[in-house]
Amino acid sequence: MKKLSSLKGWLYLLPAILFLGFFMVYPLIDVVMYSFEEGYNFASQSHFGYGLYNFKYVLHDPYFLQAVKNTFIIVIITVPLSTGIALLISLGLNSIKPLKELYQTVYFLPYVTNTLAVGLVFMILFKKTAYSEGLVNLLLNSLGMSSVDFIDGPYWAKIFVMCFYTIWVVMPFKILILTSALAGVKKDYYNAARVDGTSKCRIFYKITLPMISPMIFYLVITGFIGAFKAYADEVAIFGTNLNAAGMNTIVGYVYDMLYGNSGGYPSYASAASLILFAIVFTITVINLLISKKNVQY
Amino acid sequence: MADLTYTELQRIEKRAKVSGTVGKTVTYFLLTLWGLIVLFPFYWMLLTSIKSYSSYNSEYVPKFIATHPTTQNYVDAFTTVNLGRYFFNTVVFTVLTTAVMMVVTVLAAFAFSRLKFRGKSITFAIFLSLMMIPNELVVITNYVTITNWNMRNTFQGLILPSVASVFYIYLLKENFEQIPEELYKAAKVDGTSDLKYLLKVMIPISKPTIITILILKVIECWNSYVWPRLVTDNEAYYLVSNGIQEIRENGFGRENIPAMMAAVVVISVPLVVLFLIFHKKIMEGVSRGGTKG
Amino acid sequence: MKVILKNLTKKFPNRNKKIKEDVVAVDNFDFEIPDGKLIGLLGPSGCGKSTTLNMISGLEKPTSGRIFFGDDDVTDLPAEHRGVGLVFQNYALYPHLTVRQNIIFPLQNLKGDKKMTMDAMNAKADEVAKLVQIGEYMDRRPSELSGGQQQRVAIARALVKTPRVLLLDEPLSNLDARLRLQTREEIKRIQRETGVTTIFVTHDQEEAMSISDMIVVMKDGRLMQMDKPQTVYDDPKNFFVAKFLGTPAINTFDGEVKSEKLYLGDSAVLNVPGVKDGPVYVGIRPEGFIPDENGPMECDLSAVEVMGRDTSIVSTHPAMTVVAIRSIILSENRPDATGNKVRFSLKPYKVLLFDKTTEERIYFDIK
Repeated sequence: MKKLSSLKGWLYLLPAILFLGFFMVYPLIDVVMYSFEEGYNFASQSHFGYGLYNFKYVLHDPYFLQAVKNTFIIVIITVPLSTGIALLISLGLNSIKPLKELYQTVYFLPYVTNTLAVGLVFMILFKKTAYSEGLVNLLLNSLGMSSVDFIDGPYWAKIFVMCFYTIWVVMPFKILILTSALAGVKKDYYNAARVDGTSKCRIFYKITLPMISPMIFYLVITGFIGAFKAYADEVAIFGTNLNAAGMNTIVGYVYDMLYGNSGGYPSYASAASLILFAIVFTITVINLLISKKNVQY
Repeated sequence: MADLTYTELQRIEKRAKVSGTVGKTVTYFLLTLWGLIVLFPFYWMLLTSIKSYSSYNSEYVPKFIATHPTTQNYVDAFTTVNLGRYFFNTVVFTVLTTAVMMVVTVLAAFAFSRLKFRGKSITFAIFLSLMMIPNELVVITNYVTITNWNMRNTFQGLILPSVASVFYIYLLKENFEQIPEELYKAAKVDGTSDLKYLLKVMIPISKPTIITILILKVIECWNSYVWPRLVTDNEAYYLVSNGIQEIRENGFGRENIPAMMAAVVVISVPLVVLFLIFHKKIMEGVSRGGTKG
Repeated sequence: MKVILKNLTKKFPNRNKKIKEDVVAVDNFDFEIPDGKLIGLLGPSGCGKSTTLNMISGLEKPTSGRIFFGDDDVTDLPAEHRGVGLVFQNYALYPHLTVRQNIIFPLQNLKGDKKMTMDAMNAKADEVAKLVQIGEYMDRRPSELSGGQQQRVAIARALVKTPRVLLLDEPLSNLDARLRLQTREEIKRIQRETGVTTIFVTHDQEEAMSISDMIVVMKDGRLMQMDKPQTVYDDPKNFFVAKFLGTPAINTFDGEVKSEKLYLGDSAVLNVPGVKDGPVYVGIRPEGFIPDENGPMECDLSAVEVMGRDTSIVSTHPAMTVVAIRSIILSENRPDATGNKVRFSLKPYKVLLFDKTTEERIYFDIK
C-alpha cells in the first residue's frame, strides 16, 4: 500500500519534475560546463578543453566592463532611491483616508503594463529630434536650462533617464509591500506612544521604522537582485542595440554573446552569466548579514 | 504636566490643529504629484496615438491636446505591420502557457501538501533551491536546447520553457497546507479518490490563491520579452513585446511616432482593462505573493 | 487628582450606512471621581466603557461635554499632553525593545526642564520595576515573558512618568483564571502604594467588586449607578444593576403588589409597606431564601447541589423570569430533600422591587 501511494505522489509530481528538470536543472549544469569549456564552437559543437579562458575573455572585454559599469551605477542609484521614495509615499498613503484606494490603484498601474510599451513613451518624451525638443526639454527650457538629448546625448543624461525610468517601473511593487507593512503595525502601539507624549518624529524612528524594517530589508535585497538583472527596461528606452548607445547591461551582454550580432558564443554568455550570479550572490549575502544585525524584530 | 496654564493649553491645541492641516495639504500635494508622474506617460501615449502624422510632426512644441483627433494611426498599426498577428500569438502563448502551468503547479502542490511518498522533503528542498537560479542563466541552455530540437519559431518552443516555475508551486502548496487535513481524511474514509478530492474540494477552497497565480502568470506571459526575442526571428511568431521592438526599429517606428503609439496603446489595453476590473484582487495577490517570497 | 466628567457624549456615524442616526456610544455621562481611589468601570460589552476610557486618555475626542483633571479642563488637550498612564488590553509593549527600554520610553519624551539624564531614567525605571516586581526581567524582550509579566511591564511603563491618572483597559481579561486572582490583588496593592487615581474597565463584576473603592456601572453609554461595591450589590438603583451584579445572578420574578403585600403568582410572600399597588419586577438574591416548612413561598424542587460549605437549592416557580431559581444556604441549614416541593420564607432586605416601566428601584420599609 505504501509503495502504491509513494508511486502516486511521484506521479503527481512528474510533470513538474520534467519541466523543471529539463528547463532548469539541466541548463544549470550545462551553463556551468559551457563556461569552463574553452574555445567552444557552436557550429561544430566541439571544444578544446577545460579552463578559465572564457572568464578571462569576458573580464577583459571592454563591452562587458562597460556593461558592468552601467549596471552598477543603475543599481546604486535606483535601489536606495526607489525604496526611500516608496517609503515616503507609503507613509503619506497611510496617513490619509479619503481617496486612498484611488491613489493606490493608480500607483500600481505600471506593474501590469508592458515595459517595452511604456519605455517607448519615455523615449519619446525625453528625446530631442530634428522636429522637436521633446517635452522634457521644453520643461527644462522653461526653467531656464538648456536642452539635453537624453536618449542620444551625453552619458550622464542617458543614465539619468535610465534611473528615472527604472525607479518608475519598480515603485508599484515597493509601494504595495510597504503600505501593507505599515498597515500591519497595530494601532495600539501608536496609541501607547501618543499617550506617553511621543513626538511624531520619534514615533517614526523608534516604532514605525523598526516594525517595518523586515519588509524594508526584503525590498532592498530583492531590489538589488532585480536591478542587477536589468535589461528589458534598457531595451525599452534605447532599443535593441544597447552597445551602440553605450547603455548595455550585464544581462544584455549575456544575450549579445548568445544571440546578438556577435552571437553564437554560448560559452562566453555562460561565463558572463556565472560572473553575474556570483556578484548577485555576494551582494545578497552581504545584505542578509547586515539585515540580520539590524532587524531586531 | 499638571501645571500648564490655560493659555499654554490653548497654544498647544492651536499648534496641533495647524500642523495637522498643513501636514495633510503637503501630503496630498506630494501624493498627487507622484500620481501625475505615473499617469502622464499613459496620457501622452493615448494623446499621441490620436494625433495625425502630419500634425504630430509639425508640432515643435508638443501640444497637450489633439486638435484634430484621428483614428488613422490605429488603422495603420494593424495594416502596415502585423500587429494583429502579434496580438494573436501573445494570446495563444499566454493562454496555453498559463493552462499548462496551472496543471503542473496544481498537481505538484497537491503532491507536496497532501500525498505521502518517500523522499518528499528532500525533493521539496531541492525545488526550493531551484528558486535561486536566475532566469538569465537557464535561458542560455534553453536557447541551445530549443534550437537543437528545431523548435525555433514555434509555439512549443515559446511555451515549454516558460511553464516551469517553482514560486507558484511553493505559493499554492502553502495554501493547500492551510486547508485542514481532516477534510482530506474524511474524504478518504468516504472513498473519494485523490484526484476527485483535489478537483472538488481543494481547488474550490483555494480559489483566491489560484486566481492570484493565474493573474500573475498572465501578466508575466503577456509582458514577456527576453525569451520570445531569443527564440523567434520569424515575424509570424513574434509576441507583442518583441513585436513592438521590431516595429520600432524596422517598421514605421522610426518615422511614424503616432502610429507607434497606437500600437503601444493597443497592446497595453488588455492588461490595463484586466487590472481596472480586478485591481483589488491583483493587488492583494501580488502583496501576498511578495511577502511570502 | 480628581477626574470629573460633565455631560460627556460620544457619537459615532453608524457603520450601516443606510441608518442615518449616529450610534451613541456614551450618553451624557456625568461623574466625579475622588482623588487617589481605585474605580472600576463596569458594564457589558458595547456599553461604552472603553470609549469613555479613551476619551479620558485623550485618544478619542468627545462629541460634547467636558473632562476635568482636578481644576484643569483638559477636553481639548491632545493625548500627548494629558499626562495619563494607559495600560492597553493587549499591553502594546514594543516588541523590538527590552523591558527596560519599554519602561523608560515615556521618560525619553520629556522636554525642556523636565528632561532627565540616562541615570535618572534608569533609576526611575528600577524603582517602578520593583513596585510591580518585574526587576529580574529588565533585559528581556516582551516576547520572552509570560502574559502576566508583560502586563506588569505595561503597568510599569504607565506609572514611570508619575501620571495624574492611571487607566487600565480590561487588564485581566487576557490572563488565565489562576493569574487573574493574583493580578487583581497586585493592581490593588500597586494603587495603594502609589496613591494614583486609577480607573479600570472590566465586564467582570466579580473583578470590579473585589478590588474597587467605587464601582461605576454603565449600560448603553449611560451611568447606571456609582457607589461602593457593597452598596451597589445590596442597594441597586435599578433592575439592570441588580441583575448585573452578584454570582450566582439574582433570581428575577414578575410580581404584583396588592394591599401592601407582594404576590408571586397567587401567594403573598412578603409584606411591603409603603408600596403602591401594581405589577413589579422582583429580584431575590440567592442568599435571601430561608428554607421554612411554613414559609409563604412554595417552589417546585429541581435539585439540591452540594457545594461543601454551601448548598444550592435549585427550584422553579410559576412567577419566575429566570430559567431556574438558585438559592444558596449554609449546608448545615439544608432541608431534607424529600418530595418535590420546598417552602421558603424570605429575608426582606434581599428582596428588591423595581418599577415595571422605569426599572427604577421601589423602596419599602423593613421592620
